[in-house]
Amino acid sequence: MSNKKEALFSKKNRKLITDPLNDNNPVTTQVLGICSALAITVQLKPAIVMAISVLVVMAVANVVVSIMRNLIPSRIRIIVQLVVIAALVILVDQVLKAFVYDVSKELSVFVGLIITNCIIMGRLEAFALGNGVWKSFLDGLGNAFGYGWILIVVAFFRELLGAGTLYGYPVIEKLGLYEIGYENNGMMILPPMALVTVGIIIWIQRMKNRDLIES
Amino acid sequence: MDINKNSYTFGFATVMVVLVATLLSTAAISLKPLQDKNIESEKKQNILSTLGIEVSREDAAAAFEKNIVNTYVLNNIGEEVEGDAFMVDLGVELKKSADQQLLPVFESKQNGEKIYIIPMRGKGLWGPIWGFVALNDDMSTISGAVFDHKSETPGLGAEISLGWFQEPFIGKTIFEGTELVSIKVVKGGAKEDDMHAVDGISGGTITADGVTDMLAERFGKYLPFFKKKMSETIELSNVSTLVDSTMAFNLNTIQ
Repeated sequence: MSNKKEALFSKKNRKLITDPLNDNNPVTTQVLGICSALAITVQLKPAIVMAISVLVVMAVANVVVSIMRNLIPSRIRIIVQLVVIAALVILVDQVLKAFVYDVSKELSVFVGLIITNCIIMGRLEAFALGNGVWKSFLDGLGNAFGYGWILIVVAFFRELLGAGTLYGYPVIEKLGLYEIGYENNGMMILPPMALVTVGIIIWIQRMKNRDLIES
Repeated sequence: MDINKNSYTFGFATVMVVLVATLLSTAAISLKPLQDKNIESEKKQNILSTLGIEVSREDAAAAFEKNIVNTYVLNNIGEEVEGDAFMVDLGVELKKSADQQLLPVFESKQNGEKIYIIPMRGKGLWGPIWGFVALNDDMSTISGAVFDHKSETPGLGAEISLGWFQEPFIGKTIFEGTELVSIKVVKGGAKEDDMHAVDGISGGTITADGVTDMLAERFGKYLPFFKKKMSETIELSNVSTLVDSTMAFNLNTIQ
């Protein structure tokens, strides 16, 4: 135990949450978790469900691995991390199926996607294995927020421009834009446009923050 | 203690695997009854919604009792065989050869007319898709359709479970004269006057094709049953025309 006790929300700890939101964003800076960003951003609702699920799994997995960090043999640490994530995800899925069946139906395909989300494993490997429980928890939250907000922004534009709805609500139709000749852009629904949208976010981010540009 | 020794690594892995396996199997076994009940209620909800009856999951069992008047299982030549229609698992049946398959039928009576509900199961892009189609007693006009899926992509293939995809099925016919033509899901949109086609899903073509194949395959299996029912209805209508003409004749003579 360290002699100097650090405050729960010291500047360093707060940075663990705020850094991944922008400068060290797992999606736009580290370019991780792209596959799921592509698969589930056609609509806003699944994107939000996915963001929340990843938040829960990432925070808990970080805590569990951080608790065990001094016991895990380094040669099998990746397998241990995978087992922790997979066990958590399956456990949550089983409980949801039994008690809140509708939510579990919403999650259906994401369960598999959460296990394979490289951001979670990346954080376990890079952070939780070498840091304390509280810090790992904050790091998990921060990265999940960083991942989540990108997901939600991408989904917002894809659903609005591709299907003309937001969270299932027909915005464009209510605004009467169809009557003046507006048409949905069907291409937004297709997977490549998720990458293009993420690309645009990266572009804007690097325009504002020149430090991120590779020389 | 050296945590990088081989013996420790083996020990750690063994303990971890046993612990996780125990945890997960305990959870799975103890939650199974609750999960099964949810799935059963959902199946009842789905069957009912082909009749236009929307109930909450809690009320599904009671409403099912009330609205489904008869259930039976058919073989491939349309004869009734023993079995509980509700418990037939199409996932298992589809793996059997055609003459071994059990074909469940649910019968309901709405406004004095018989409605036959046929369960469906087929392949989507990522996993199984299934559903229920309700037919009027002419065995051709669809009065309701419900589809669902295990793991289709949200916003694309998963749209088959939504109202906008299912509603256009209502009123379409699966027979052209005496020939079974089923319903096709058409990419780019069906022609408005086409009685055997509905609109597809942009970006969800493979799932939509799965629905087309599923409908054709399942209706095909029920063909002997449809034919039998249709000939019964024709006989009945012949009898009633006969009765009508006799009545007309009687009326004429009275006058």
